[in-house]
Amino acid sequence: MTISLTTHYLGLELPSPLVVGAAAPLSGDLERLKQLEQEGAGAVVLHSLFLEQIERDWQEWLHHQEHWSESHPEALSYLPASDPQHLGLDGYLEEIARARRQLSIPVIASLNGSHPGHWASAARAIEQAGAQAIELNLYSVPSDTSRSSADLEAEQLQIVRQVCEAVTLPVAVKLSPWYTGLAAMARELEQAGARGLVLFNRFLQPEVNIETLDTESHLDLSHPEEQRLPLRWIALLHGRVPLELAASSGIASGADVVRMLMVGAQVCQVVSALLRHGPGQLAQMRAELVQWLQEHDTGDVNSLRGSLSQQRCPNPEAYERAQYLRALSSYS
Amino acid sequence: MSHPDREHAWLDGNEAAARVAYRLNEVMAIYPITPASPMGEWADAWASEGRPNLWGQVPQVVELQSEGGAAGMVHGALQAGALTTTFTASQGLLLMLPNLYKIAGELTAAVIHVASRTVATSALSIFGDHSDVMAARGTGWGLLCSATVQECGDFAAIATAASLAGRVPLLHSFDGFRTSHEIQRVALISDAVLRELVPDALVAAHRARGLSPDHPVLRGSSQNPDVCFQAHEAVNPFQNALPQHVQAAMDRFAALTGRQYRLFDYHGHPDAERVIVLMGSGCTTACATADALIAGGDRVGVLQVRLFRPLAAEALVAALPASARRIAVLDRCKEPGSQGEPLYLDVLAAVNEHWPTAQQPLVVGGRYGIASKEFTPAMVKAVFDNLAAEAPRRHFTVGIVDDVTHLSLPVDPAFAIEAADTLRAVFVGLGSDGTVGANKNTLKIVGDATGLNGQGYFVYDSKKAGSITVSHLRFSPRPIQASHLIEQAQLLACHHWDFLERFDLLELAAPGGTLLLNAPWPAEQCWQQLPQRVQQLIQRRQLRVFVVNAAAIAREHGLGGRINTVMQVAFFAVADLMPLEQALTAMRTAIQKSYGRKGEQVVAANLAAIEAARGSLQELEVPRDVVGPGAAEAPLAELPIPPALAAAPADLRELLLPQLQRRGDQLPVSALPCDGSFATATSRLEKRNIAEQVPVWEPDLCVQCGKCLMVCPHAVIRAKVCEPEALANAPEGFRSAPARDHHWSGQSFTIQVSAEDCTGCNLCVEVCPARDRSEPRRKALNMAPQRPLREQSRAHWHHFLQLPEMERSGLNLHHINQQQLQQPLFEFSGACAGCGETPYLKLASQLFGDRMVVANATGCSSIYGGNLPTTPWATNGEGRGPAWSNSLFEDNAEFGLGFRVAFDQRHRRAEQLLRQHAADLPQALVEGLLNADQSDEAGIHEQRQRVKELRQRLESEATSGRTRELLDLADDLVKRSVWIVGGDGWAYDIGYGGLDHLLASSHDVNVLVLDTEVYSNTGGQMSKATPKGAVAKFASGGKPTGKKDLGLMAMTYGHVYVASVAMGARDEHTLRAFLEAESYPGPSLILAYSHCIAHGIDMAKGLTQQKQAVDSGRWLLYRHDPRQSPPLSLDSRSPSLPLAEAMASENRFRMLRYSHPEQARALTRQAQEEVRRRWERYQRLAHPGEPSP
Repeated sequence: MTISLTTHYLGLELPSPLVVGAAAPLSGDLERLKQLEQEGAGAVVLHSLFLEQIERDWQEWLHHQEHWSESHPEALSYLPASDPQHLGLDGYLEEIARARRQLSIPVIASLNGSHPGHWASAARAIEQAGAQAIELNLYSVPSDTSRSSADLEAEQLQIVRQVCEAVTLPVAVKLSPWYTGLAAMARELEQAGARGLVLFNRFLQPEVNIETLDTESHLDLSHPEEQRLPLRWIALLHGRVPLELAASSGIASGADVVRMLMVGAQVCQVVSALLRHGPGQLAQMRAELVQWLQEHDTGDVNSLRGSLSQQRCPNPEAYERAQYLRALSSYS
Repeated sequence: MSHPDREHAWLDGNEAAARVAYRLNEVMAIYPITPASPMGEWADAWASEGRPNLWGQVPQVVELQSEGGAAGMVHGALQAGALTTTFTASQGLLLMLPNLYKIAGELTAAVIHVASRTVATSALSIFGDHSDVMAARGTGWGLLCSATVQECGDFAAIATAASLAGRVPLLHSFDGFRTSHEIQRVALISDAVLRELVPDALVAAHRARGLSPDHPVLRGSSQNPDVCFQAHEAVNPFQNALPQHVQAAMDRFAALTGRQYRLFDYHGHPDAERVIVLMGSGCTTACATADALIAGGDRVGVLQVRLFRPLAAEALVAALPASARRIAVLDRCKEPGSQGEPLYLDVLAAVNEHWPTAQQPLVVGGRYGIASKEFTPAMVKAVFDNLAAEAPRRHFTVGIVDDVTHLSLPVDPAFAIEAADTLRAVFVGLGSDGTVGANKNTLKIVGDATGLNGQGYFVYDSKKAGSITVSHLRFSPRPIQASHLIEQAQLLACHHWDFLERFDLLELAAPGGTLLLNAPWPAEQCWQQLPQRVQQLIQRRQLRVFVVNAAAIAREHGLGGRINTVMQVAFFAVADLMPLEQALTAMRTAIQKSYGRKGEQVVAANLAAIEAARGSLQELEVPRDVVGPGAAEAPLAELPIPPALAAAPADLRELLLPQLQRRGDQLPVSALPCDGSFATATSRLEKRNIAEQVPVWEPDLCVQCGKCLMVCPHAVIRAKVCEPEALANAPEGFRSAPARDHHWSGQSFTIQVSAEDCTGCNLCVEVCPARDRSEPRRKALNMAPQRPLREQSRAHWHHFLQLPEMERSGLNLHHINQQQLQQPLFEFSGACAGCGETPYLKLASQLFGDRMVVANATGCSSIYGGNLPTTPWATNGEGRGPAWSNSLFEDNAEFGLGFRVAFDQRHRRAEQLLRQHAADLPQALVEGLLNADQSDEAGIHEQRQRVKELRQRLESEATSGRTRELLDLADDLVKRSVWIVGGDGWAYDIGYGGLDHLLASSHDVNVLVLDTEVYSNTGGQMSKATPKGAVAKFASGGKPTGKKDLGLMAMTYGHVYVASVAMGARDEHTLRAFLEAESYPGPSLILAYSHCIAHGIDMAKGLTQQKQAVDSGRWLLYRHDPRQSPPLSLDSRSPSLPLAEAMASENRFRMLRYSHPEQARALTRQAQEEVRRRWERYQRLAHPGEPSP
């Protein structure tokens, strides 16, 4: 039978619901992106442009250009004078343009930041560079004891509003799972102009070395069990808010994709599985997805979507807190 | 005709010359040498950007391994018909000499641009004079000399046109630093002018003369006595015609631009009786002085020589006024043993041959300005005064006090000619505080806004950390004719308070002028904080004083130590050059232009700092009489002298103190050694107090591992173990702890820091492994502000030095905590804070310093090791320590080999004499001396004891000739450890041939390569040690090829000990390699990874960078010891860090991502693969019997 994987996400037509998520090792290299496209990627989210990082990179570059200069007669500088034309936003825009030239699948840019800044101008530049959508990554660790959740959320909504007003592109917001009122926040994000949500962001968590008495940072790839958190929230939000939902975290197999589509995901973002197993994993997942659809006599992948969301599943309570209590009691 | 070239720019001489040379050439061979390096750097950068030359083509810019190589390539490219140039100076030009003869002999059109620099004799100097180009005057090249920044560009063009027309190559020279680095606003030369000046037909003719198999010729023949002489003479018509070609080019240039030059330009009274003849930058000061004297009624003049070779003698004489009766010819070079210097002799001969009347003028000759010695109006006047004397000195010097051969002319220091409408401003700053950059910016702001002419000249000192910069700025409504430093500034700015105590800064302040201070005190306290001498000078010179706490404002606005923005605002506020608001607007525009595109925070911080500075500047109320009644007559208070220097022997103090107080110009000839030999152990007398923060030791936390001692680049942190009683009289606060090593059970351990010598680099704190478990931020070493600790640290350090040194033979040198108790004999160098090289030198000095002789290639290590006034090479309590010498850049391996064979010869002669005296000496003593095992400290110690006994016995004997000789050579019976030290520029590039030859020999030498992977000393140019993908000068587009595997090449000989070490990765491995290398009785090569500021890293994290280089496999740790089987021990673990990650931590690699991202990715991928392959190759070598990994 003919199987259609064609998916729509953020107003774009994707050849499959498998989206390469934002990660520098995957999308920082155009050759790698072309390979991922050949392996079946439906779209690619470029690695994040960290707005705060741009300024830091620039300052660091400037520091090394200036710091030791003009102090010794034989060496008025120690590095050649060069124009860092690809540093920060300019380099990112160039990457977008190159990706657009080389890829036929949609290219989604990713903006990342934690504080109000120059989101709007960056978003406009990204649009002009040819990105077909923007993924807005609202990253923050709310450690400031003087700022309430309401303050922080208002600030985030303001950022989303700024970006959405600045561009005509569809905007998806990538969230952390740590909101007291996540469903309400989703609604407000939609009202601020967002068209989709990416659930969820994973953050690097620091490690403590008890011998050196210091903290360390490691990149920990996600594992399949981590998909349960986004799975629950996609199931809960599907149909409740008019937003397209992208699943992220722990998705590594065709079955995972089926599962996420069933709870309501529009697309599935894959990162760790590709970093762990290589680009070929994408083809593997696609083949598993196709095989499942064939085995279950399903010709259109879109027909799965939302079938196991809370609003449509046979046991809606399963996604609520009560189920958590039952699970505990049965375990004990 | 109209003059289309109305575009101007603020340039220095190097850039002015390079801009023209780049457009007029197709091939450029480059190699770094101060002060010419920036010309090559510009060429490389423009080529990297894809900038075309005059013919729409991007020139090929190729770095060579030496200037000799560059000259060879120039010769080849010229022979193949390409328009070709190179840029050089000093020793570089000397290395080119053989090719210069060839190129000129073949009548090849070419121009080489030379930023003239003195040639090294008993000492190297990077500063300017004409000794290099004068050494080339016999090559057949023409010598055309620019005197100003404007002329640098103009003459670059004129020289090229003339050479193409006349087929005689030209050296286009200008004075190093004085012109090469001076900034002026110059008229740019358009492409259209260059096209007019350099006709296509001449270019085509040049190309047509190139070698081609389509019309083959043979060039470079060998000739027999029958024809060779004639062949030499065959070029005469071309040499004879060149002056006309040069003048014709000058005339065409004048028609195109309005700037007229002549082969000899006379300036002065039309009926001058006294005339000075000279060339180069000194001409401007000489002309301005002549004008001043003429205004006073004197009949004087100046003849400026522009084309010195071929000398148009008749034209020279014709350019002199017929009224001239006495002529002084000034040479900026010295030709020992000659009747006079070159220009003098030529003028003498020209006058003799061509003077139109029988009554020829008297011609005298003098030397001036050697190695950038100042040439002031007072000196010019002294030369004119000499001509006015009844019996002028025929041979003289001017600018120094020669109390040995009494050649110097007396100079009236009060004579000055600075015009009243010229603003003279001097800014004394700390290296890297942004002062120089801000002043360059000020020149443009003022010049562009007011139309005033401006001149900026910048003086730097020889220290790499804590250096002093002095900016000299002139602004004038008239063209500035001054190639000398400002001596009396109407505006003097001191950007670092401590300078006020260190040298007589206010001597530069003109009476009634303004003093601007960056003061770390509230305004109301500033007067009290000023040193008394400064107070006195402020009062006597009636200075207005303004203060601003620039450091605090910069800190508050996140600008760190860069106080430039604040001080620039203060300058505009007090200088009255232009309306303040207009100046600030221009500053804001410049800030936006420099930083705005990517750095809004930087822009905001600087803009806020402008406002803060404006509001903070205050004028000090100067008390009328602070130092009591009669203050005006009281002698000036003395500048404080560091106690260590005050206690030094008088002769040493009298040599050092003037240099340290920046009064070295006043030292007479007799104060200097006649052969370039200086005392060592002098850096300990200096006490520069340059660190803002210094480490403080916490004994309760310290594990006494010795790592901090080992990594300290400046040997300021040291430890000793002593009996507790030795600390009984220690000054208050002197810290110690029970020694933890069981070897010293019951004794006390102390670590002390010489805060006055520390640079505050933080490496010791970074490497310290001991943390407070309840407060892990607190380590056993923590940084604290230096100023409050200064006095106490001085006392502690003094007491520490009095404690006995450890008995060397009792230390286990394989344990760092014990080995590091050896006294460093390399201390307090002028190297950069956090230098990656110096810890290796210090280690060698600890291990072998008392028997060490160092041959040091020119480079960073020769500058921080041997640049006056002081040297870090030190002596121990017995007066022993490393003997050190620098020959050249290119010959260091051979130089060190010379040491070795000489010592061996002396040793063998001593043994021979000993055998001859054997009958008169105890047999055990003789046999002991002849068969001594000197492979360790104990063996060395015993041999020294035997030599001592030998001396005692011989000295008590009647002294025969042979006995005397044996006494003289007795010390040679003790092992001499020869160390050949240099950077990668030397070892991988310019000195590789010699190094290779040395390694191929069996001589017992130790080669230490301080591998920073660039030419660090000249500002970070690419060497063959530069890794793939790194951006460096001369590799602006990233180095496309991999690093040369020098260690592997050396290993192929089989008999060479080779080690590759990185102290920051494994310190004990480094220690082991040094011990093994020195013990190996043949050639040893240690490649030492040295992090460097040219890597674009945080120097405080230098050790981490080293570790990352090793963890990624980019740098391997190994030892190849021919005494072992298999010889190679691969001591690195297999690469565990992705190379891309390690590269991303250094700006030199990141820069390529920012400029050429695709290239960066491709090179990173290749480099990663090469790391893998290299690792596998070394694995196979280290484990020859095992299957390949």
